[in-house]
Amino acid sequence: MVTEPLRTLLEIEPEAPIIGPGHDYASVTDKVSAIVLTNKTPKGWFVGLAIAFALVMTLMAAVGYLFITGIGIWGNQIPVAWAFDITNFVWWIGIGHAGTLISAILLLLRQKWRQSINRFAEAMTLFAVACAGIFPLIHVGRPWLAYWLFPIPNTMGVWPQFRSPLMWDVFAVSTYATVSLLFWFVGLIPDLATLRDRAKNRAAQIIYGMLAMGWRGSAVHWHRYETASLLLAGLATPLVVSVHTVVSFDFAVSIIPGWHTTIFPPYFVAGAIYSGFAMVMTLGIPVRRFYHLEDFITMRHLENMAKVLLATGLIVAYGYGMEIFSAFYTGEKFETYMVMNRLHGPYAPAYWALILCNIIIPQFLWIKRLRTNIPVLFVISLIINVGMWLERFVIIVTSLHRDFMPSSWGMFRPTQWDFATYFGTIGLFLMLFFLFIRFLPLISIFEMRQLVASENERAVRSH
Amino acid sequence: MSQQKKIYGVMAEFEEAGELLVAAHKAREAGFTRLDAYSPLPIEGLSEAVGFESTRLPLIVLIGGIVGAIGGFALQYYIHVIEYPQNIGGRPFNSWPSFVPITFETTVLCAALAAVLGMLALNGLPSPYHPVFNAPRFKLASRHRFFLCIKARDPKFDLEETKEFLLGLEPHEVCEIED
Repeated sequence: MVTEPLRTLLEIEPEAPIIGPGHDYASVTDKVSAIVLTNKTPKGWFVGLAIAFALVMTLMAAVGYLFITGIGIWGNQIPVAWAFDITNFVWWIGIGHAGTLISAILLLLRQKWRQSINRFAEAMTLFAVACAGIFPLIHVGRPWLAYWLFPIPNTMGVWPQFRSPLMWDVFAVSTYATVSLLFWFVGLIPDLATLRDRAKNRAAQIIYGMLAMGWRGSAVHWHRYETASLLLAGLATPLVVSVHTVVSFDFAVSIIPGWHTTIFPPYFVAGAIYSGFAMVMTLGIPVRRFYHLEDFITMRHLENMAKVLLATGLIVAYGYGMEIFSAFYTGEKFETYMVMNRLHGPYAPAYWALILCNIIIPQFLWIKRLRTNIPVLFVISLIINVGMWLERFVIIVTSLHRDFMPSSWGMFRPTQWDFATYFGTIGLFLMLFFLFIRFLPLISIFEMRQLVASENERAVRSH
Repeated sequence: MSQQKKIYGVMAEFEEAGELLVAAHKAREAGFTRLDAYSPLPIEGLSEAVGFESTRLPLIVLIGGIVGAIGGFALQYYIHVIEYPQNIGGRPFNSWPSFVPITFETTVLCAALAAVLGMLALNGLPSPYHPVFNAPRFKLASRHRFFLCIKARDPKFDLEETKEFLLGLEPHEVCEIED
């Protein structure tokens, strides 16, 4: 038996709406700005913020203890000098990539459906990059000397080594953080003006007013604004590809079996987009429900994202396949041993769990009935998040723990501080996200007006 | 003299984007040159309709990108060839291929900064005060209404006649704006 909502869905094919019916400029403005300005903050928000805040305190404790004691509190030990720290770094940076993809690449491709999800996806990017940035900083051992990574003239006459991928990483990640922030802020300016104009509270008027910088929606300003947005999108597109490419160079430029491979850059970028879209879904589905945004984040958005997951998931699967193939193709014993060790060694459960999470379970998205089932999507997105974390863990730890000389082999076992730091950054990410949805418009209001305008135009044309 | 009310311009409010576009074209045809339109969303062709030709922003971004590229490469060249030369795996001091990633990043960084700062500077933002905000219903320009303003600086401006003209465009409302 075909259920009613499903039948409606089938009928609205082939072009499902990207905005609910009956909306005009005023209604989209009011609905989105009311979340910030007038609606009563839902109780769940306070509960969520409290949990996230508790995790942030855990992070503070873990990092404080780390600064007092040193890296020894983690499970990292030679030969596994990189473990949770870099796994988490790569995982967070990857998550950030979907925000830039949605706002920059889909803008260039004129995908209108991105307009209702780009704002919170970009916010997600910023917060994920903030979490990512913590790890390289704290894993250097003496974090108070981390500024040595920057080319600052100093009395020692020493300079950074720019031939090292680790320096490329410093520049790639800091550029990425800066450009993401700029892109996000530029997108916010017209909406901050809307909040300024609609706020009743004096403090809100002043704060939003200062942030809006006197935006007045002048036609000339819009013209330059649109030019700037387009140019930023054009700049952010190669940037986002370069960032994860550079992150993959951290591994690929070395000679460790399992790292030294040319497939890493494209495979890392695809993995980044995969995990990022999974996180957009993990955040978007509850936000859509609790803030009643079903008109703006429609089934078509969720379905499109599911399709992106399916496509990038297959690219990642190809990457896994090629990793194994090229290891055997080299005929080199260290490379083949690395693969056999991944499949059968002490960390094999992590490897098979990642195959299950990243390759097998997401194949359910081929089935339309599951792809349009929200709880299923939510669960699959969580599974992919876990799978992508495991992927980085497997790449980093299994490659390091048994390299060339059996006498130098070792095992990595995480400590409670490894977990405290990791979950702490999840808390930081969620706390920033909770604050964002409370104090800034989580959907781009002016772009929703543009959607209304184009939907009206389409309606006129079809009559 | 100082007590006298100074007028910035006359403003008409419209309900639809299309009406504003038509009104802006009519105002230009009528010979007005100093006008601006305000809308809650970008409208294609509106900036041209109020007499704005093109923006120099792409050139500024290009210059930003070039400065970033040269600066990024020069930084690495200076450090590794002039200031602190070191033999790393027998590579030449100017091992330019390994300078490419950072050169790329500084190019994007400077171009993006140029795009944002250039856009704000050309738009004259931040601007803490602007007379158009004196219009009583101007708050709606960030919600769902569309405004056309003919400025007093316009050589053809005459308070009463301009008001008459704008009323002839069938707006929702017309008001004077104090400077």
